[in-house]
Amino acid sequence: MTGTLPTGVERRRFDSNERLATRGQPVYGEPTDGDWRAWDIRRSKLGAMLDRGMETGLSGDETVLYLGAAAGTTVSHVADFAGPTYAVEFAARPVRDLLTVADSRPNLFVLLKDARKPEAYAHVVEPVDVIVQDVATRGQARVANENRRFLKQNGRLLAVVKARSEDVTADPTDVFETFRSQLEGYEILDTERLDPLHDDHLAVVARPTW
Amino acid sequence: MNEDAVSDSGWFRGVDPGDGSSARHAIEHGSAESPAAWPDHAVESGFVDNRSQYYEVLHDVTTAVARTQVREREGTDVQRIIHCVRAMDDVERVANELAERVSAWAGASFDDPGTGIEYAREIADETAADSEDRRGALDARLSSLAAQVRALDDEGQALRDTIERVTPEVAPNVSMLAGPVLAARLIALAGGLETLAKKPSGTVQLLGAEDALFAHLSGRASSPKHGIIYVHEYVSGTAPEHRGTAARALAGKLTIAARIDHYSGDRRPELQAELDERIARIRERGD
Repeated sequence: MTGTLPTGVERRRFDSNERLATRGQPVYGEPTDGDWRAWDIRRSKLGAMLDRGMETGLSGDETVLYLGAAAGTTVSHVADFAGPTYAVEFAARPVRDLLTVADSRPNLFVLLKDARKPEAYAHVVEPVDVIVQDVATRGQARVANENRRFLKQNGRLLAVVKARSEDVTADPTDVFETFRSQLEGYEILDTERLDPLHDDHLAVVARPTW
Repeated sequence: MNEDAVSDSGWFRGVDPGDGSSARHAIEHGSAESPAAWPDHAVESGFVDNRSQYYEVLHDVTTAVARTQVREREGTDVQRIIHCVRAMDDVERVANELAERVSAWAGASFDDPGTGIEYAREIADETAADSEDRRGALDARLSSLAAQVRALDDEGQALRDTIERVTPEVAPNVSMLAGPVLAARLIALAGGLETLAKKPSGTVQLLGAEDALFAHLSGRASSPKHGIIYVHEYVSGTAPEHRGTAARALAGKLTIAARIDHYSGDRRPELQAELDERIARIRERGD
């Protein structure tokens, strides 16, 4: 538990509770304190990873590829502390909300693309320091493998594996084991289950091997 | 530059910085095998003067593309919902017709025939359970027909479930006020969410009452007070003398909701509160 928070993410008090926070326009009705807005770790798996002190390798200001940005709850905080942030999301409805998030964040680039087909956005996305992966689809290991091409040499993959997206009937432990064995070209640095904040989710920190 | 071959496939290649539509086309339809240091390439090729200008342009273009794509994609979702609600009506109508036939037929075979889809389901379930008792080729056909009614009824329910799940995603505010099924019907009658958003409130009030309206316009009838929105509890549950007022209030809020759903997409819970309060006041009026 030696994880340090990236620059731009702090623990601050909101209503007498200490919570993670970043500086930026509020997005989902979270409490604010001046420029700072609370990061709801119940709604954000990356937030939960940072809160638990996982060593994510994030230091602030990095270039990020975010796969599965959804309505932008988490990616809004990422764009607050990171540099250029490319947000890929395939479903049209949440992208509408994501665009509102991007309106006040000039470093956030919204791409309505399928994370399983990186060729469709490799002409836009530059090599990145960090890939955050939070996709609700089968074949999550394949998504990570396909997108490895975007990672710089000492980059990090921060993936959250949803057991129920792979197979609702299987034991989550088995699903996580399969994910580990299917991950290619990565060295896993750390894993942690996010229960009870996020049931049946495994957080994975990995770096590409060359 | 040893990376020239790769930079050839950057989205900005061949795009005039002043030409928004070709830039949008390149983002949406372009592709590359691998990423590259696009911001640097863009500066080197003279597409932009510096990196911060590159990110500014990229932000504007990606946002514009995503906004257009969302609108187009939701347009096709709306078309699917329209098919779905029409299919549900077809299925329910056919199920009811066949259920009547089953009931009439059963009257000839059994002593106490019931009516409706429920009875057809009973026949189907029962006969499947003890088919030994139902000898004779004719009874077998009857039970098979009843099973078709049951299947259609299940299909209608599945269509309804789908409408209830999908419509709130596409039209959250109209679905909140009208309920997902009535919302889907209004969208279908208008021919789309955009067309519904562009209709004046008086037209929304009378959607589905076109026959009555034209009868009125040709002088054969009094003016209709409501169309399909009659099925909403706020209209049908209001005393007849105030129904026209209630229908007008509901249609007004639905029109605003449709415009928010089409043009901005945020949820506005206050619309529901405003409508609730307005209807309560209409109902309080004495006559």
